[in-house]
Amino acid sequence: MPDQQSPEHTPDAQPAPPPHDSQETAAGEQTAAAVAVDTAGGAMQPSAVPGTAQSGQLPGDSGTVLRRIFTGSGMVSVLAVLLALILGGLLIASTDKQVASTAGYFFARPTDMLAAVWNAATRSYIALFQGSVFNPRGNGLAAQFAPLMETLTIATPLITAGLGVALAFRAGLFNIGAQGQIIVAGILAAWVGFALHLPVGLHLLLVLVAGIVGGALWGGLAGLLKARTGAHEVILTIMFNYIALYFLRYLLNTPAFQRPGESNPISPILDPSAVYPQILGSQYRLHLGFILAIGATVLVWWLLNRSTVGFEFRAVGANPKAAQTAGINVSRSTILVMAIAGGLAGMSGVAQVAGTEKVLTDGVAATYGFDAITVALLGRSTPWGTFAAGLLFGAFRAGAVQMQIQTGTPIDIVLVVQSLIVLFIAAPPLVRAVFGLNPRRRKPARAAKSGQAATTGGAA
Amino acid sequence: MKKSLRASFKRGSMAGVATLGASALVLTGCGAAPEAGSTASAGASDYTGCIVSDSGGFDDQSFNQSSYEGLKKTEKDLGIKVNQIESKTNNDFEPNLRAMVTAGCNLTITVGFLLGDATKAQATANPDKHFAIIDFGYDQPISNVKPIIYDTAQAAFLAGYLAAGTTKTGTVATFGGIKIPTVTIFMDGYADGVKYYNEQKGKNVKLLGWNKDAQDGSFTGDFEKQDVGKQLTKNFLDQGADIVMPVAGPVGKGAGAALNEAKAAGKDVKLIWVDSDGYLTAPDYKGIMLSSVMKQMGEAVETVVTEDKDGKFNSTPYVGTLANDGVQLAPFHDLDSQVPAELKSDLEKIKKDIIDGKLKVESAASPKA
Repeated sequence: MPDQQSPEHTPDAQPAPPPHDSQETAAGEQTAAAVAVDTAGGAMQPSAVPGTAQSGQLPGDSGTVLRRIFTGSGMVSVLAVLLALILGGLLIASTDKQVASTAGYFFARPTDMLAAVWNAATRSYIALFQGSVFNPRGNGLAAQFAPLMETLTIATPLITAGLGVALAFRAGLFNIGAQGQIIVAGILAAWVGFALHLPVGLHLLLVLVAGIVGGALWGGLAGLLKARTGAHEVILTIMFNYIALYFLRYLLNTPAFQRPGESNPISPILDPSAVYPQILGSQYRLHLGFILAIGATVLVWWLLNRSTVGFEFRAVGANPKAAQTAGINVSRSTILVMAIAGGLAGMSGVAQVAGTEKVLTDGVAATYGFDAITVALLGRSTPWGTFAAGLLFGAFRAGAVQMQIQTGTPIDIVLVVQSLIVLFIAAPPLVRAVFGLNPRRRKPARAAKSGQAATTGGAA
Repeated sequence: MKKSLRASFKRGSMAGVATLGASALVLTGCGAAPEAGSTASAGASDYTGCIVSDSGGFDDQSFNQSSYEGLKKTEKDLGIKVNQIESKTNNDFEPNLRAMVTAGCNLTITVGFLLGDATKAQATANPDKHFAIIDFGYDQPISNVKPIIYDTAQAAFLAGYLAAGTTKTGTVATFGGIKIPTVTIFMDGYADGVKYYNEQKGKNVKLLGWNKDAQDGSFTGDFEKQDVGKQLTKNFLDQGADIVMPVAGPVGKGAGAALNEAKAAGKDVKLIWVDSDGYLTAPDYKGIMLSSVMKQMGEAVETVVTEDKDGKFNSTPYVGTLANDGVQLAPFHDLDSQVPAELKSDLEKIKKDIIDGKLKVESAASPKA
């Protein structure tokens, strides 16, 4: 699905492009971003934190550095994944017994160790693939594709929460609060699911609405505080995560959220009428939430690229002061974008309690809220990019189980690979340097002359 | 993540380690290459025992670890195959269990009440597979799931009596990690032990940190933050307690650290460990380790696996008690001399009375047999 390329997508993967409109836009943004203080163009009270620190920006042109990281080149994303996988493979090999024993006589017969390294890494990655896409040893076609269905299941909450984070990124807001938004959504959705007993159809609809409203309120509250007081959204959302988590733990210690006659912190199982139907039969866990996640992706795409509100979001993200001058209500945009982001994360909460878990525990959000940030970064904050990144991370998670069982590779390797991906996406020049795509190294004089837009974030 | 964050290195020592590692690699790389075709023959049994952890992982120094070590021991002793998988989050339970069933496990052990629903679902869907679940029992027994549960209050009762009989200040304390039945059962037994001592001896030893009647007390909130355990223990010390029993897995180390500091400052303080014999598993606190309330999870796992391998699987819960040594009070080790002979014989008698049923130890969290 091609995404409308917005002007801030500078073609930075190309070596020294000829000057055209997008360069001027980017250069203009740089100046503006340096001037803009993070108080939504003066509409909000300035907070105690200096404007430069509020966005985590360095003085100067780093406003676009941040934006380039959020909406960097697709090539960098792919290469970052590749590089992370290679390093992960080396890490797997370094813990492998066969590698260790063949390393003992490396100088006598080096091929043994190299073969062992290759075997260890490929064996693990083949298991990862078999656990996430296609398992040829499965009994019949249905079982062979079961891993793929599992990938889609795990990807569902990642996609919706990732969309929430991506949408906020596009409006210039760093939404760390997906975790808390998922939790609040999970609390409300689960309560509607197990405490109310309603007819089929209506019950599930109410669960979904409760979850989305819960997430939207939690996200919108952070947006409201930012818009009204100028408090920074990163601080707000991080703190809101804690509030949500401890509130959940408190609730799970009250009888209203416990099973009758038990005092373990685990809620009753949701009514059958309150859970998502399994769309491809009971042998897969894949549920209706995945279809809704596709719908949410389309909706966010439309919102960002086709609607006035989305245009305002992007304008505020590009430069709040200019947006204010142009007559856009920055406060309203901030509140609205955080509420929508929260609602999207809320869909993840519903996918958890009504889709896979069917109960509420204090681990209801797992680590999806934080993984969502990675997903949004990897997806360059575009709706379909986020969708694809969500699928990739779902595949990692699904395949890790098989990898651990088949080869004994610890599941932590997958977390390491995920973290490496973030690291590389945050440092595009590093990735390009590794793959020899950094042309400016050899000709610094020409690159400097060809204008700022040709420089890539951070390396300038 | 919490583990990796905890590890911090000084730059200088890292460089040293790197040099050492590099030279070790060069030195070890000079060995002779072996001849081809020398493969070791593995155990002959086709039986596979599997284990799925909860999100604590197999290195939680608590029930995941004990159960895992028990299963690992059967791998050697019985020559069976062992498959293990860690759950990173609650979301992993169902996929992990499904994967274990697909991998052909004969018996799958799941650890903790959080896995209760997922185990039930897989057991119902796969009636020919056997399961065992640690620290959780079902209201309605499932024919192919064996719960492994512990009447920990019995051993904790002994610990409470011991603490009350050993304290110099007349005040003892306990705290928990999270308020769940498998934690509060320790605290209930401990409280009853203190109360029993007061009744028998006409003393008035005070207990801090747990009120059995109100079922409320001090908790650190998780099984991770050792500094909270340390702070809580310091508060107890300030209130005059000299013996502390932390029921919080690794957070117990925080209590141990606080007590070690108090001991260095000249106070006479003692620690009671839980789950395993702390003298062996937490040697940093050897000098203050009075005793431990042990849950012999490894042994229980071994028993269940052996039974299943011999075709004697049944779904009757295994309940660890003082009678079957499933729960025990650990030896006093270095502090043996500080426990009066009279107290030792009292403890022997109480243990016998509990086993004979003359003395009933009850807790709201006790397994319902």
